[in-house]
Order: sequence, then C-alpha cells, then structure tokens
Amino acid sequence: KETDVEDKVGLEGDGDQDSKRDSDISELTTSVDSTPKVLNKALSGLSSRWKNWWIRGILSLTMISFFFLIIYLGPIVLMLVVMGVQIKCFYEIITIGYRVYHSYDLPWFRTLSWYFLLCVNYFFYGETVADYFVALVQREEPIQFLIRYHRFISFALYLTGFCMFVLSLVKKHYRLQFYMFGWSHVTLLIVVTQSHLVIQNLFEGMIWFIVPISIVICNDIMAYLFGFFFGRTPLIKLSPKKTWEGFIGGFFSTVVFGFIFAYLLAQYKYFVCPVEYSSETNSFAVDCDPSELFQLQEYSVPLGLQAVLRWKTVKLYPFQIHSIAMSTFGSLIGPFGGFFASGFKRAFKIKDFADTIPGHGGIMDRFDCQYLMATFVHVYIASFIRGPNPSKVLQQLLVLQPDKQLAIYNTLKSYLTEKGILQPAGPEY
Amino acid sequence: MVKLYQRKSNFIYEMTPTPPPKKKESELETKADGETASDSDNKPDSGVPDVPPSVDDTPEVFNKALSNLSSRWKNWWVRGILTLAMISFFFLIIYLGPLVLMMIVMCVQIKCFHEIITIGYNVYRSYDLPWFRTLSWYFLLCVNYFFYGETVTDYFFTLVQREEPLRILSKYHRFISFTLYLTGFCMFVLSLVKKQYRLQFYMFGWTHVTLLIVVTQSHLIIHNLFEGMIWFIVPISCVICNDIMAYMFGFFFGRTPLIKLSPKKTWEGFIGGFFATVVFGLLLAYVMSGYRYFVCPVEFNNDTNRFMVDCIPSELFQLQDYGIPSVLQAFIGWKTVQMYPFQIHSIALSTFASLIGPFGGFFASGFKRAFKIKDFANTIPGHGGIMDRFDCQYLMATFVNVYIASFIRGPNPSKLIQQFLALRPDQQLFIFNTLKTHLLEKGVLVASDDEA
Repeated sequence: KETDVEDKVGLEGDGDQDSKRDSDISELTTSVDSTPKVLNKALSGLSSRWKNWWIRGILSLTMISFFFLIIYLGPIVLMLVVMGVQIKCFYEIITIGYRVYHSYDLPWFRTLSWYFLLCVNYFFYGETVADYFVALVQREEPIQFLIRYHRFISFALYLTGFCMFVLSLVKKHYRLQFYMFGWSHVTLLIVVTQSHLVIQNLFEGMIWFIVPISIVICNDIMAYLFGFFFGRTPLIKLSPKKTWEGFIGGFFSTVVFGFIFAYLLAQYKYFVCPVEYSSETNSFAVDCDPSELFQLQEYSVPLGLQAVLRWKTVKLYPFQIHSIAMSTFGSLIGPFGGFFASGFKRAFKIKDFADTIPGHGGIMDRFDCQYLMATFVHVYIASFIRGPNPSKVLQQLLVLQPDKQLAIYNTLKSYLTEKGILQPAGPEY
Repeated sequence: MVKLYQRKSNFIYEMTPTPPPKKKESELETKADGETASDSDNKPDSGVPDVPPSVDDTPEVFNKALSNLSSRWKNWWVRGILTLAMISFFFLIIYLGPLVLMMIVMCVQIKCFHEIITIGYNVYRSYDLPWFRTLSWYFLLCVNYFFYGETVTDYFFTLVQREEPLRILSKYHRFISFTLYLTGFCMFVLSLVKKQYRLQFYMFGWTHVTLLIVVTQSHLIIHNLFEGMIWFIVPISCVICNDIMAYMFGFFFGRTPLIKLSPKKTWEGFIGGFFATVVFGLLLAYVMSGYRYFVCPVEFNNDTNRFMVDCIPSELFQLQDYGIPSVLQAFIGWKTVQMYPFQIHSIALSTFASLIGPFGGFFASGFKRAFKIKDFANTIPGHGGIMDRFDCQYLMATFVNVYIASFIRGPNPSKLIQQFLALRPDQQLFIFNTLKTHLLEKGVLVASDDEA
C-alpha cells in the first residue's frame, strides 16, 4: 500500500493530490512531541498555543546564547561547529531522500553518500588549508606533497567513488540509484559549498561571519513579531504564515539592527582582524591593525536628514555602510531561501526536516535562510572588499619556472619603482 | 519498413507505432518507478512508450544504396559510414583552428544539455511547465556566462583592460554572475505551483546535475584547448580509438562478458582496446609533437586581434634520449630511443581513457536503462544522440585538466601579475622582497645587479 500511494506521488504530472496524501504524512515524518520532560512539567499549566510559543522562545534564547558562547571560544571552535552543522544538514537531507524513495535497502548507497561528502570536504578544506596555513605547510614534507598534488588526489578519490557507484548498480534498482546519486550531489552542492564559504568569510574576520548570521536571525525574529502583531496581507502562497507587514517591518528593523550591531562590533580587534595562523605560537591569532574599513570616518549628513538630526556630520565606520547592503540582502532575498525550503517540504510532504530542536524542527529548518547569505557575503567580499590573498600569490610565484620568475621580478621592480613604493638605492648599472 | 521494425527487436520496445492510451502508461509507469522490489524488466517494455520510439531516420540515399544487404550488415555499414563522417568532421574543425573548435564545443554542450533536459521532461511528463523550460535555458546561460567570464579574464587580459565596459564586467564578474543566478533562483521560487511542487523540484535538481556534468566538462575542454591543441586532440582521439578498438576486439575475439550493465562489452575487448589505445596514443603523440600548430598554447594576439599558435615548443615537446631497459634492449636491438616527453604523458592519458573512461560509458548505460531509453536522441543515424558519442569523454576532460594542473603547467604569469597589481602597496612590497630573497638564494638573480 505504501508503494502504491508513493508511486502515484512519484510520477504524476497533473495530480499531486494533497487531500489523498495526508494519510501518509505519518510515514514520512515522525511528528513526535519531543519536548524535553523538564519543559513539559514547567509549562503544563498553560494552554497548548502559549506552550508552543514559550518552547520556541526558550529554544531561541538557548540557541542565541550558544551562538555567543562559540563566538567567545574562538575561530577553531567556530570552524568545528560549522563542520558539525554541515554534517548534520547533509544527514537530514539524505535521510529525507531515503524516505521519499524507500531506498533503505541500498546499503552501498549510504556508504557512498558519506564517502562523497568526505571527498568534497577534503577537496575544499585542502584548498583552504593551502591558502591560509602556508607557513605551516611549507615545513612538513608529507603535507607539502599533499598540497602540491591536491587536485589530483581529490579527483582520484572522487573517481573511486564514481566507479564504485557504477559497479554497485543493481539490475532492478537502476532508477532509484540514479535518483539517490543526483540527490546526494545536489545536496553536496548546496550544503557543502555554503559551509565552506562561511568558513572563508570567517577567515576574513569574525565580523564577516557574525554580522550576516545575526542579520538573518534578526530578520526571522522581527518578521515573525511584526507579522504576529500587525500581520494581515499574505505574502506568498508557499508560506501562508508570512505577511507583507512582517516582511517590510522585518526589513526596516533589520537594517537598523545591522547598523547598530556593526557599530558595536567594529570597535574590537577580536572581531575585525583576519584570522591568521601564527607559526610561532601554533595557534590562531586575531591581532592586527584594523583596516580603514574599521576606522571611524566623517560622513556628511544629507540635507534632508540634517534638519531632523541637527548634526552636520556623523562619525561612522565604513563597514556600517556595507552592513546596510548585507541587511538589505538578508531581508529581501534571504527569505527566498526560506520559501525554497518551504516548497521543498511541501513537495515531499514533510513538516520539518528533522526533530533535532524541539519546537523548531531540524538544523536545516534554522539554516534555510542562511544559504544564500553566506554565498552573497563571500561574493560581496571578493568583489568589493578584499583583494587577492597575498600568501596565495606568493605561493604561486614560487612555483613558477626560474626564467618566468625573473621576468615577473623585473616587471614588478619597474612597477614598484614607478609608483615610488620601492626606492631605487644602491649602484645602478 | 515494418519488417525492419520487427526484425530489430532491440531498436524499439513496442510493436505498434501509435502510443497507447495514457491510462495504461501511468499504471505501468508508476509500477516501474517507485518500487524497490521489482523494476521488472521482463514486464513490458510496453511501459516505455511515453518516450518517443526511435524512428529509422537513415537518409534516403543510404537506404537506396544499401537496400540489397541484410539488415545486420546494413546497420554495420551505416554505423561505419557515420563513424568515418564524424572523424572527417573532427579533422576539418581541427584544421579550421581554435576559434571554430571553441564554437563547436559550445554547440555540443548546448545540444547535450538539450538532450538530457528533454529526457527529464519525458520522464516526468512535465511539458506543461512552460516557465521551467525558460528557467533551464536561463540557468545554462548563467553558468556559461560565469565560466566564460573566468576564462576570458585569464586569457584575454590585455584586451579586457583596454575596453572600459569589459573591465568593469571583469572586475565585478563574480558579483554579476551571482546576481544573475539569484534572479533565476527567485524566479524558480515564485514559479512554484501548488499541485506540482515535487515535479518542479525534480526538474530543478535534474537541471543542476546536468549543468554540473555537461557545462563544467565543456569548459575544462576549452581550458585544455588553450593549453595547446594537442591536449585537446590526443585525449579525444584516445577515447574514440578505445571505443573502436574495444568494439573490434570484442567483435572478433569477444567471449567473456565484462559487466552486466552493458552485455555487449567483453573482457577481451576491454584489454585489447587498452593495449591498442596505448600504442595508438604513443604514435599519435609522436606525430603531433612535431608541429607547432598543435603544441603551442593558444594565445590572443593584441596586435592582430586574432588567435595565434606560435611559440618555442616547451621541453615537453623536444626530442630526448631515453635509455631502454636492458630487457627490451635485447629484444629491439637499440640502446636508446628518441622520444618526446609528451609521449610518456600520453601513456598516462591512454591508460585512463581505456581503464576509467569506460566507466563513463557504463554510467550512461545505467542511466539509459534506468529511464528505459535506448538512446539519448536520434541526431546521428545508427549512433543515437550527441550524448551517446560523448559519454566516455566526460571523465577524460576532467582528468586531462587535473593532470595538466598537477603535473605540467604552472600558474599563469599574467594572471599573477594582475592579482599582484590589485594588492595593497605594503603587501606588494612584502611579496617583492620575498621573491627577491628567493631568487637570490636560487642563484637566478645575481646579488651585484641589485642592491636594495
């Protein structure tokens, strides 16, 4: 009976008949009330609506506190947490894939999915490590070998997985296996690339990690509150609970929040400096001269606002201007990530991705709006803020042929001398 | 004509040319899909008809010329003639030069994408999602724009710096590409229709996996091409040779089946094809390494505004003496042999093409069996669609690109200079001094020339 109903859901083009399908929601999700006992006792007095509200509220505060805690603990812990979240998200989506396709009985395939996850992570981390840990890497021989042939090794590992997949194709399960293969790859594309972009943003300076995530969280909460109190006009059929009032109210409050939050964080070196690996102390150091992005500058207030504020100029960090851009993106485009996830959940008839967090659903549910944000921040930094990575340029220079190095050296010398950066001193010949 | 259909029972799955009523289709189709227990192959074959059956579209002229022969030989002849036609076409476009090659690669990519997407439509019967066709093509455009932009910035550096609009496009390239992609993403989300969520997500996933496979491969091919046309020709030729040789060896000596996926492949064909391809690769590499046209990197000449292939061949393409191992010495009677180092690399390329390349073919076979299609399309008579010809090439292009990046080519000097110029002055000074120290140590730079 399962397969009958499932098949109809699988392929029909014109009849995703919702009414029929409610009966098999229970097969696809375990909507068990997994609230911890302690909370249940404390809130047993209230009605179920308020109880839900309280649970969500408490869990939100817990998650936010956890967020602050890991920021305090430093970059390494952050990286590990990002890694952990990535693995959990991947696991959640793959599990949904298994349920949708009833492919529990393909044991090879679980192994292969995790293997592909490992390969792609190895590839990405290798690229990152080579960039940022140049000093450490130059010292150790085996690591140098791994770095030099990194792409080749990654490709060989991936190919092994690919060949194993081909060899594991079983006669009666071809279609299923191809579906799961495609499902794994799309999941990898979404989840793993995002998490690595998050880590690259982190290395740029912890503020580039904290502010975007906080903006998305704030937008979520503010849109919810505005919708709760003022919500009237529905926003999109996909998510009936979202309203235009929530959307617009969330937008303005997020911009203000981002602005203020950026001001607060930009003062501390701990947040502002790029994370660097110090070869002497063998640990991460965040210590530097803040770039001009994080130094107060005078901006003249436009005439319209002058009358209102009675200030002629205002002192801002340039970073705050960038934070407006990020807030705008987080409020206007970020929700599309949420709509995408809502559509996905409706398409596969699940209520939540998983039940990890009581009242909120799975990890993916919390991170669905973050996807696009991480990529946006990364592209934003690459386009508008950061130049190329000096150590990477140097590393590539050192790999060239000596005659090419000499040619480049001479070109650079003449360029720098022209610019006056290099003083021509010593005997000229 | 009807006789032809009935004889070649492996050509189409149904006996009647008209598609059966829709109800029966969906019944059988649903049984064939979600069930884990029985993707029953022995059950009709008549569950297939939703995918257009292959029509015998051999051109009239062939039919007349070959009307006397039996159908098996006719098939053999048609395939043979088309093979020769394709190989001649291949030589023609090599003769025409890099620009034409790039355009051909682009067209092949678009056609492959179209074929796979059409299969997706047929599988999911999602003709009625007009938005989605637009979106698929739009995503193809975005990804191509992104990749071509990266390539153009690397190779046409000087040209780009001259023209103002191009400079801006190249500076903010990633941002622009991302914005374009996002627009497509948002359009997808807005186009989600209540009763067709699952279909739309499937097609979205299908499109992205196709883009991942087809578009990245074609761009890696173009990268290889820029490295030197020999890096384009030799790998493709190795794969084609392996296909043909494996078929020949299998035809004449084939006995032990290789893999259940492709019952026509045999171990004899596989191994024979391997050795034949290695030998062929060595010979072809030897022949081609002598000509600058193939060996030099393709460069864009600012003065003539055209591509040129003219350079001093790198040491990879200069004859060197290799000592023959003593075992072979007795056999061949030579002490040393003059070879191009590139021929050693060609052995690696041939080995990959023969041993791992077929997995690409098995993957495509599995795909065709999974979705119950005989060929990807009917573009080439006797051979199927463009994808059918290119299925073994996928992995090859990526392998060659990774191989070049790891073992052959260093970083691109002009790109490095470009990156250097974007740095801050203190960073520039730091790099300059480090480079100077490095060069002094190596002895490339003599200390007396330059005292700071």
